[in-house]
Amino acid sequence: MPRVDRIAEPWGTRTPYGAGDEWPVRVDRFLQEGVREEDVERWAQSASILHSNGDALDIAVSDGRIVGVRGRAADRVNRGRLGPKDLYGWQANHSPDRLTRPLVRENGRLVEADWDTAMERVAGRAKELLDEQGPSALAFYTTGQLFLEEYYTLGLIAHGGIGTNHVDGNTRLCTATAAAALKESFGSDGQPGSYADVDHADVIALYGHNVAETQTVLWARILDRLAGPNPPALICVDPRETPAARAATVHLANRPGTNVALMNGLLHEIIANGWIDEDYLRDHVVGFEELRERVADCPAEEAARICDVPVGRLREAARLIGTADRLLSTVLQGFYQSHQATAASVQVNNVHLVRGMLGRPGCGVLQMNGQPTAQNTRECGADGDLPGFRNWSNDAHVAELARIWNVDQLAIPHYSPPTHAMQMFRYIEEGSIRFLYVSGTNPAVSMPELHRIRSILAQERLFLVVQDIFLSETAELADVVLPAATWGEKTGTFTNADRTVHLSEKAVDPPGEARPDLDIFLDFARRLDLRDKDGAPLVKWSDPEGAFEGWKECSRGRPCDYSGLSYEKLRGGSGVQWPCDDAHPDGTERLYADGAFWSAPEVCEDYGRDLVTGAPLSPTEYKALNPDGKAVAKAAEYIPPHEPPDDEFPFALTTGRTLYHFHTRTKTARAPQLQRAAPEVWVEMSAADAERLGFAEGDLLEVATRRGGVQARLRVGGIRDGVVFLPFHYGYWDRPDAYDPEKGPDKGMGRAANEATVTDWDPVSKQPLFKTAAARVSLVERGRGLPAPAPTTTASRPAGPEGAVPATSGGAEAEAEESVAASGGAR
Amino acid sequence: MKLDLVIKELHRSENELAHVLLRLSERHKTDHETYHVARDLVRWCHDHVRELARIGEDYGLKLDAEPAGESTVAERVREKAAEWLGRRKEPGLLLLADLRHLYRVASGVSLDWELLAQAAQGARRKELLELAERCHPQTLRQVRWANARLKESATQALVS
Repeated sequence: MPRVDRIAEPWGTRTPYGAGDEWPVRVDRFLQEGVREEDVERWAQSASILHSNGDALDIAVSDGRIVGVRGRAADRVNRGRLGPKDLYGWQANHSPDRLTRPLVRENGRLVEADWDTAMERVAGRAKELLDEQGPSALAFYTTGQLFLEEYYTLGLIAHGGIGTNHVDGNTRLCTATAAAALKESFGSDGQPGSYADVDHADVIALYGHNVAETQTVLWARILDRLAGPNPPALICVDPRETPAARAATVHLANRPGTNVALMNGLLHEIIANGWIDEDYLRDHVVGFEELRERVADCPAEEAARICDVPVGRLREAARLIGTADRLLSTVLQGFYQSHQATAASVQVNNVHLVRGMLGRPGCGVLQMNGQPTAQNTRECGADGDLPGFRNWSNDAHVAELARIWNVDQLAIPHYSPPTHAMQMFRYIEEGSIRFLYVSGTNPAVSMPELHRIRSILAQERLFLVVQDIFLSETAELADVVLPAATWGEKTGTFTNADRTVHLSEKAVDPPGEARPDLDIFLDFARRLDLRDKDGAPLVKWSDPEGAFEGWKECSRGRPCDYSGLSYEKLRGGSGVQWPCDDAHPDGTERLYADGAFWSAPEVCEDYGRDLVTGAPLSPTEYKALNPDGKAVAKAAEYIPPHEPPDDEFPFALTTGRTLYHFHTRTKTARAPQLQRAAPEVWVEMSAADAERLGFAEGDLLEVATRRGGVQARLRVGGIRDGVVFLPFHYGYWDRPDAYDPEKGPDKGMGRAANEATVTDWDPVSKQPLFKTAAARVSLVERGRGLPAPAPTTTASRPAGPEGAVPATSGGAEAEAEESVAASGGAR
Repeated sequence: MKLDLVIKELHRSENELAHVLLRLSERHKTDHETYHVARDLVRWCHDHVRELARIGEDYGLKLDAEPAGESTVAERVREKAAEWLGRRKEPGLLLLADLRHLYRVASGVSLDWELLAQAAQGARRKELLELAERCHPQTLRQVRWANARLKESATQALVS
């Protein structure tokens, strides 16, 4: 079996295939040093939890410990392949610094306590505040890494039991715009496309989606198409020279914050050239005339001027998109976390509406997710939506939910949309939210403008509960810390970005006294004595499968219908795509196949919003706009970004991810192969900017904005002139000395990119903006001949001649096995 | 013909609305969505002021095409004050009061555009009617925004 260093070669061995062929199987495997296949006692079925691709895998168990992973050949998502984070990330489960006992704050310090003491403090404070102020005092901030069963239970406890409107997830930071864009165009959340569209597409357009790093196995699929006969043309919109940009037929590196202008320019060309499907527009779409008028004043020259891209290249992209037979588009953070996020992402949907390209093989939109289980926070009502994609401003939907939960309709707050995360932090800041229950996430590093976030979380008047697996930067500020079990230590399901539901079985016991998140939530509900309207316990289940059965009923008849699924059905074989019901027992590959949408006024999840102001449309307005449940082509005007570069802060700062890390590195930094591949923060700048300013690879720079700054070594790389990039993963738990409040602009100098980011969000999706801030860059000290600690295999590839910077590799410790079925493949 | 009167009044009221939006953003700098969106929406007022000054010439008016400016010193003082007040509960109520005021002023501008459109139709002034058709929808969006922000902000401010 070939062994491949999957740090050096993140996408592994090529298995080329042609349009319409089946993607070949390649099974990837990585076992702990010294463990052989025959030593493995048991394989527990699961899927990856360190990105949103949903790669199906089996967890190898020996002697009560996880000893490795193996891709599942039968699964539709990955056909046996695994990415580097899947292969090595599981090692974090066994870290010696896992939280194993609850902690409570005593005299300013966190000390160990038993579960009863810790939970009584949490429930006790919650009850006090409910008596004193009511549900408006309590808020829940969850994650994109728990399981469906946990989100649904949390949503029920918070919305149906406590009755607070303040429930959101950190998925607000990664996937809120995907949901918002789908609601605007199709009336309801729900991914139209399928990963299998890669097998059929002749043009693939990637909008702000660095797929090679965020979904490595999906990129391997695209690479295999590119290496096979009749490869698709690739269009890439990104300010950085990502691996996708290097492989692209057309790369558009537009000025940060100008995505709407770019999309309007593309749509202008497509419409002006008549590359539109008049029949589809007539039968299935409303709003096209307004779109046509809107983009009429944004011809290619004007768009190219605003975006600062060559007009010829913009036209070439429009021609490829406009003449594609099978067009697949994907969108991610370059749009979602940038200025006018929803407005821009909706225009990608509009491209597919005007071209009539939805619901057929190769014709799909993938509004991607950032985090592994982000999809489930959206479905289950743990992220600022109601469960089952129900419409908070449709009384019939709320009544139905109240019936399923057996609670009074008024008990479920629906006077306005559930409070989004950024607003919750504002309410905590002004003191009207006084209890915050954080599960599985780390806002003290992941949120924008960290000095503000830290000062909000550290307030004496806030009671902060943190449920996590490590003592994160956020946990250190908590009043009570609850040690949780994680992936591999509990059972549940989760759903990836193309609606594929996977079961994840418990493989080993959690360490010490750590407990599954579901058990902790159930304990909390019991202590609050939450009841339904007949006086019976509100939460009717006591284990994951019971929660899943409850969810099936809640989702029945809604777009995200799970009623045809069961744990039994998900065991063995492949994951299944929802909707899965009696009529579709094997799930549904593509939505909207017949141009039918879940957008009728009585069905839709949302009536839509003004794409500039974010003001919701009233039911009456929506009924007038879209009485027959068609798709909505929604136009938007370009508005200049809020913080453009100026004389004092001449650079545009953008932040993002690297292939080897996830979120705030709580797990990936504890996997040695991943940590060594990207051990420390760096800053990227173009060769032209570096030369102009006299900086060289490895120089220590200060990147500062009006909020704060970061010190980082310089990688001279492939990035648009005038733009600097910082990876956002690096915080303080492994380098507590890295923040100095005395240094830097006026709010301190640190290691986390979010010291510098701005507090601003898209008014439609409420997703914070991490891609448009004005920054200045100065030299702290010259390099010592060492390159920046940035990977060379990814978007951070150095600009200089090959070999000038040693290539990233993992050595023998990172060798994984790959077995390619039958015909084999070429590296 | 009193078209000039209507144009003149609209020019004044659009300037006033811009002023109200800017004041709102400065006073609520710590309410970030209010701050940023209010500033985005000022653009529409300024566009309208310019357009009205241009078309006003046809009716013998000499209106200032430059939108009425704001003193930047006063602006900064108000923003700083907003930051200091950001940790107190009162700004929640203050925000409601300011949004309510915005809603009323924007509604007034909207009515003025209706008057202008009616007059332009009666006088068969195509260019003036087109101007109203172009600008009035933006004013309505400003009104709806004020209303939506009020609705979203009211509950927490009033029950906590």
